[in-house]
Amino acid sequence: MAKQVKQLDRVIIRFAGDSGDGMQLTGDRFTQETASFGNDLSTLPNFPAEIRAPQGTLPGVSSFQVHFADHDILTPGDRPDVLVAMNPAALRANLTDLPKGATIIVDTHDFTKRNLAKAGYDDNPLETEALGEFAVHDLDLTGMTVEAVKEFGLSRKDAARAKNMFALGLVSWMYGRPTDSTITFLERRFAKVPDIRDANVPSFKAGWNFGETTEAFVVQYEIKPAPMATGTYRNITGNLALSYGLIAGAAQSGLDLFLGAYPITPASDVLHELSKHKRFGVTTFQAEDEIAGIGAALGAAFGGALGVTTTSGPGIALKAETIGLGVMTELPLVVVDVQRGGPSTGLPTKTEQSDLLMALFGRNGEAPVPIVAPQSPADCFDAAVEATRIAVTYRTPVMLLSDGYLANGSEPWRIPDVADLPGIDPAFATEPNHTEDDGSKSFWPYQRDAETLARPWAIPGTAGLEHRIGGLEKSDGHGNISYDPANHDLMVRTRQAKVDRIADSLPPLEVDDPSGKAQVLVLGWGSTYGPIGAACRRVRNAGMDVAQLHLRHLNPLPKDLGQIIKGYDAVMVPEMNLGQLSMLLRARFLVDVVGYNQVRGLPLKAAELAAAITGLVESTHDNPSEDTK
Amino acid sequence: MTIELPFPGLTGVPTADGPQNRKEYTSDQEVRWCPGCGDYAVLAAVQGFLPELGLRRENIVFVSGIGCSSRFPYYLDTYGMHSIHGRAPAIATGLATAREDLSVWVVTGDGDALSIGGNHLIHALRRNVNLTILLFNNRIYGLTKGQYSPTSEVGKVTKSTPLGSLDQPFNPVSLALGAEGTFVARTIDSDRKHLTEVLRAAAAHRGTALVEIYQNCPIFNDGAFDAIKGAKDSSAADAIIPLRHGEPVRFGVPDEEGNPTKGIVRDASTGGVAVVDLADVDEGDLVVHDAHADDPTTAFAMSRLTDAGYLHQAPIGIFRQVERPTYDDGARHQVVTARQGTENRQEALASLLYGGDTWTVA
Repeated sequence: MAKQVKQLDRVIIRFAGDSGDGMQLTGDRFTQETASFGNDLSTLPNFPAEIRAPQGTLPGVSSFQVHFADHDILTPGDRPDVLVAMNPAALRANLTDLPKGATIIVDTHDFTKRNLAKAGYDDNPLETEALGEFAVHDLDLTGMTVEAVKEFGLSRKDAARAKNMFALGLVSWMYGRPTDSTITFLERRFAKVPDIRDANVPSFKAGWNFGETTEAFVVQYEIKPAPMATGTYRNITGNLALSYGLIAGAAQSGLDLFLGAYPITPASDVLHELSKHKRFGVTTFQAEDEIAGIGAALGAAFGGALGVTTTSGPGIALKAETIGLGVMTELPLVVVDVQRGGPSTGLPTKTEQSDLLMALFGRNGEAPVPIVAPQSPADCFDAAVEATRIAVTYRTPVMLLSDGYLANGSEPWRIPDVADLPGIDPAFATEPNHTEDDGSKSFWPYQRDAETLARPWAIPGTAGLEHRIGGLEKSDGHGNISYDPANHDLMVRTRQAKVDRIADSLPPLEVDDPSGKAQVLVLGWGSTYGPIGAACRRVRNAGMDVAQLHLRHLNPLPKDLGQIIKGYDAVMVPEMNLGQLSMLLRARFLVDVVGYNQVRGLPLKAAELAAAITGLVESTHDNPSEDTK
Repeated sequence: MTIELPFPGLTGVPTADGPQNRKEYTSDQEVRWCPGCGDYAVLAAVQGFLPELGLRRENIVFVSGIGCSSRFPYYLDTYGMHSIHGRAPAIATGLATAREDLSVWVVTGDGDALSIGGNHLIHALRRNVNLTILLFNNRIYGLTKGQYSPTSEVGKVTKSTPLGSLDQPFNPVSLALGAEGTFVARTIDSDRKHLTEVLRAAAAHRGTALVEIYQNCPIFNDGAFDAIKGAKDSSAADAIIPLRHGEPVRFGVPDEEGNPTKGIVRDASTGGVAVVDLADVDEGDLVVHDAHADDPTTAFAMSRLTDAGYLHQAPIGIFRQVERPTYDDGARHQVVTARQGTENRQEALASLLYGGDTWTVA
């Protein structure tokens, strides 16, 4: 039968099921199909910390949200237009996020009395008025899957496992997604397990065909490709982009990369990824603990490698002392913190931005560390290259602050030309750099570069430059142990000055203010870039003016930042913490910034943020400050 | 002890062009240990021994933690890092893995290695990273002024334990053997000849070599090892059980003919070993020390002959010396193998970035 085709400009779909139902894979495949179709997209995986929480329960629900459009989008979306729920718990856990009129596709197979009870339903919501506000398609996806693969002689249980692919096939049909890449993927992925391949591929096709033929779905939707800058693209998650950025940073520096890491959610994927790329001179060391991970990385850095350690907040707490040693010995080191909900074990699989102050100040003594933060999944690549540049150029540990949303979220990435990547010069010391009173040449490990204040990086194996470094205070220049009060004061200030000098190498900030008339600035850092950008668009679409500025460098702060924020009547700082950047800005610039703070373990919602910005714009408009614009 | 030269443990480390002397290995820094400290003797032995290795001085690195002994790197004119309390084995692991051409040494103490850094020590041993670890054991915390350490005997009265310490000490040799150590030895600060012999064997070993050095702290634990020090014919001869590979284990104050009077036999009742008067057993019943045995059981049994309380008896020498692939050799091999065919890193990087499912917008 002929289907009706409707044009949409954007759609948000959430696939939800039990942790074992393969929802992440389903979402990932749908994303790949969507990426290759040419839509802009943004994804939000959301899963429990438990590997297999009790089946059918609310804590066991895993979901994957994908937002795709015929235009440039910035976030995975606030509220799904479509929910695919594989069991009662998945329905219940996600229902409150749906707007009125949303489409729900339910696998009815698991809506048994027992499973309904596990999800906390007294009555089957499919049989009551509970879902009256929504367009519900209740289908026995599992039953149809089993039927579709019966010729392969699988057990009912094994056959039923392919129900996620049936669902994927159906939704792929609904939105006109290309299917070849998923079929190729399944055939390749399960090449060695023909039973599973034979269950998945036909299920996927059966799901598609079901959409095509059933009368339950009368409309197919079309979302045209988004106009994008020319170039070659791939869809990429933050952790993958960050891994590639580290490899690129090492390559651009001409250094081998040594990763010392201990497994921790949500940073482990960087360890997994880097361990696959030894051909780039990458050594990955799975250490006995977080401290050994960074210790080995620092040891390798002393030996002339690009030392890297990757972790999440609790790991940073353990690494603090070694970061301090890196500050004192002035060795290059990239410390990656993929932030998650805290404190303590907190919310391991959820996102947060609450490690900023720890990154800045979480060490004994005056121990300044530069901080770089990526703003989107694909931007993790550039941020990692930048962190490497700073570490190597300035001989310092650098904190790279990603977060759980960036780590697992994905978006299209315009792949850079390798020739356009910045060159980074390790400039190893090879000659003595000091003349003693008697005219003899010697090597002073703490004699600094006049411009960057970086000390020489003289690696073992370099004859004539033998020296000892360590955590004890060094005397200026020759670097021997010194307890001299004036020297300590000088060295503390010099280490700070060195980090401050990094600001000289930063490009001017670019404020996004299309009308040029904004009186309110929204200032953010890290993964809030997307929600802030989307919220600002909403505010502008409503006819108001608002400016957006996003910080890549949190330490040192860009030199023009103070001037910029003082030029606005009001500055709002949205953060997924209780106001950490706000506190810094107030302290540094004496500007009474307005915080917008949420710690829900999820990205900020653009609509809610837009409402808050609108409120601030309106109140500022009513009471403009006297001395500005 | 016979050592095969060149040292297999130092394969890959470039050798010096000519002979070296102790002075070249002495830095310009004033040594600041307490008068009478055992560390002086060890430093002198190391400075005297390093020229023997014939390595390029710039390819030697000493990494230490925190504590009196950890000042050691400052006094040697090699590369060095005085790091963080307990973490030297971790830092040295990264350095040794990243650089095949370095001879990496760790200097640590009983508090540094066995208390705060216990985790790193056991994991370095199990990985068998090519490191030589010198563990200065004075059975006390010196730098923090005299608290009991994880090797202090139970009942130790110190500033932090006025009523006596309660916890059972570690036996560092037993611990290292339990941690899958491939080279485990013990020596004494005051016996320069033995110390140097053990250092030589440790340097020759490829993998983690752990050398426990009994070292006297004259300020906070003076006399801790007095019972095993002294002339060979004194009571010390009853206290020191010398281990020599391939020889029956005999010791004790010599008889009139100059022969040892005690020996070690297997103890069927415990599965371990026991001290006997030679007069009571046949020579053939004595345990012949086999440092190269794959099974560490006998070496462990030997280590248990060490007093846990005040030291009246201790085996000295190389308990275990076996070959096993090292972590760092393996890690480098993986990288070298993977690198084959990646001559042009930029091209390889481009193909990595452009991998996966891509699409082009014209």
